[in-house]
Amino acid sequence: MDLITPDLGLIFWTGLTFIILMFILTKFIWKPIMAAVNKREENIQDALDMAKKTKAEMEKLQTQNANLLKEARVERDEMIKEAKLTSDRMIDSAKSKAVVEADKIVENARVAIEAEKNAAVAQLKNEVAGVALEIAEKILRQELSTDEKQKQLAESFAKDINLN
Amino acid sequence: MLNTTLKALVWMVAILLSAPVFSGSSQEGEPVDVKGMIMHHIKDAHEWHILSYPDANGEKQHVSINLPVILIDNGVKVFSSKRLYHENDPVEITTPDGGEDYYFANEELGYGIFHENIYKLNEQGRLDFDAEGHVINPKPYDFSITKHVFTLFFSGLLLFLLLKAAVRTYKSDGLHPPRGLARFIEPIVLFVRDDIAKENIGEAKYRKFMPYLLTAFFFIWINNMLGLVPVFPGGSNLTGDISFTLTLAVLTMLVTVFSGNKHYWRHIFATPGVPFWLLPIMIPVEVIGIFTKPFALMIRLFANITAGHIIILSLTGIIFTFGSAAWSGLSIPMSLFILVLKLLVAFLQAFIFTMLSALFIGGAVAEEH
Repeated sequence: MDLITPDLGLIFWTGLTFIILMFILTKFIWKPIMAAVNKREENIQDALDMAKKTKAEMEKLQTQNANLLKEARVERDEMIKEAKLTSDRMIDSAKSKAVVEADKIVENARVAIEAEKNAAVAQLKNEVAGVALEIAEKILRQELSTDEKQKQLAESFAKDINLN
Repeated sequence: MLNTTLKALVWMVAILLSAPVFSGSSQEGEPVDVKGMIMHHIKDAHEWHILSYPDANGEKQHVSINLPVILIDNGVKVFSSKRLYHENDPVEITTPDGGEDYYFANEELGYGIFHENIYKLNEQGRLDFDAEGHVINPKPYDFSITKHVFTLFFSGLLLFLLLKAAVRTYKSDGLHPPRGLARFIEPIVLFVRDDIAKENIGEAKYRKFMPYLLTAFFFIWINNMLGLVPVFPGGSNLTGDISFTLTLAVLTMLVTVFSGNKHYWRHIFATPGVPFWLLPIMIPVEVIGIFTKPFALMIRLFANITAGHIIILSLTGIIFTFGSAAWSGLSIPMSLFILVLKLLVAFLQAFIFTMLSALFIGGAVAEEH
């Protein structure tokens, strides 16, 4: 029976010791331990969060880079296309210009040739005229060598002249 | 490492087994009072008896630590328990069933001690017994530093020093893993936090109760373990003392009742879903429920620890009951087995006490779903 009879003295001392112990341990043990543990857990959580965030950022950056690359490629293609177009246009214009120039040269040449030709023709005409004159002179000299012939001529002329 | 542990364990068992042999030794040929020996070991005492031995003249000599006796009886009286036990010869009495018993009386002090209870002596300096063998003398209030109170102080100090050593290794940067003793303490603290407090009280409210739960857990555990150490300053059956478990159970009850929210009280005085005419039955049942829960806590710890001590001592007692050393071949391995089991029980009972306390507190602070 003694075994299960609570003893006032021990109850008093147990209660007192336990409560004092609880306050002492809370102040000197549990608080520092819990603070350290919580801090460590927070640190780990922060590190994990940071890693997650960094990963997400990396992914974002990577997508951005890919986009940038794609854009750059498109731009390059466009530039090449434009350059080609420009060069084509330049070549075309050069070509047409050259054609025009060539035409002009040809035209000039033609004009010059024409002029030369005209000049030559004119000269030839003059020469021919001179020669013809000479021939005519010689013929005339021969024709009009006699008085008879001169008279005949004068008569024909006189016939032509109308006295109106 | 294993070898050293094993050696330590074997020595521990050897010493444990020798302790009751020494302190229970009696005169040659006289049968050993095994029951008396067991009761002597599991009960509280005003002195710490370490061993008895016969000297050269065959006189019984006692080696014990005399603890202070503190009585409140018209003022505080403090004296050494030596004055009760060792100043006068025991007074022999005959119990009503014909057995022999004795008590100590110190007429100078005016107190006598019978079965570890202190009584005021009558005018003749003696104790008076009634027909059933109970003392009828008045008792002073006894606040003595008994064996169990000493263990209480000692274990509290030991726990504080051990934990202090563990806390010292913590750096404030919160980055270092636990080192040294903290490597052993921290998982247990986290176990109490995550598996006991958070699990039963809930994430939102567990913090407030952590000091109580942690202190209860570690205090019960260290005292359970100290109870397994066979020699001074261990070996006292503090966690198997009903007064100790009663106090802790009452503390759990007070924490539960004072942290109970309106849902908790409504469940007791206006249980939802119960017709009003049943309330006269329900309310007393629920009110009794407030007390039965901590009562179960009290009995569970007391019975488990005391039973363990009784089993170990009984197994050792087999040798003396049968009076043959050959029985040690049976009793020592079995004691060893129970002792190892008790190492587990020491942790388990601390866990169960804390766990159920957390469960009761959790029930009292839970929000209605």
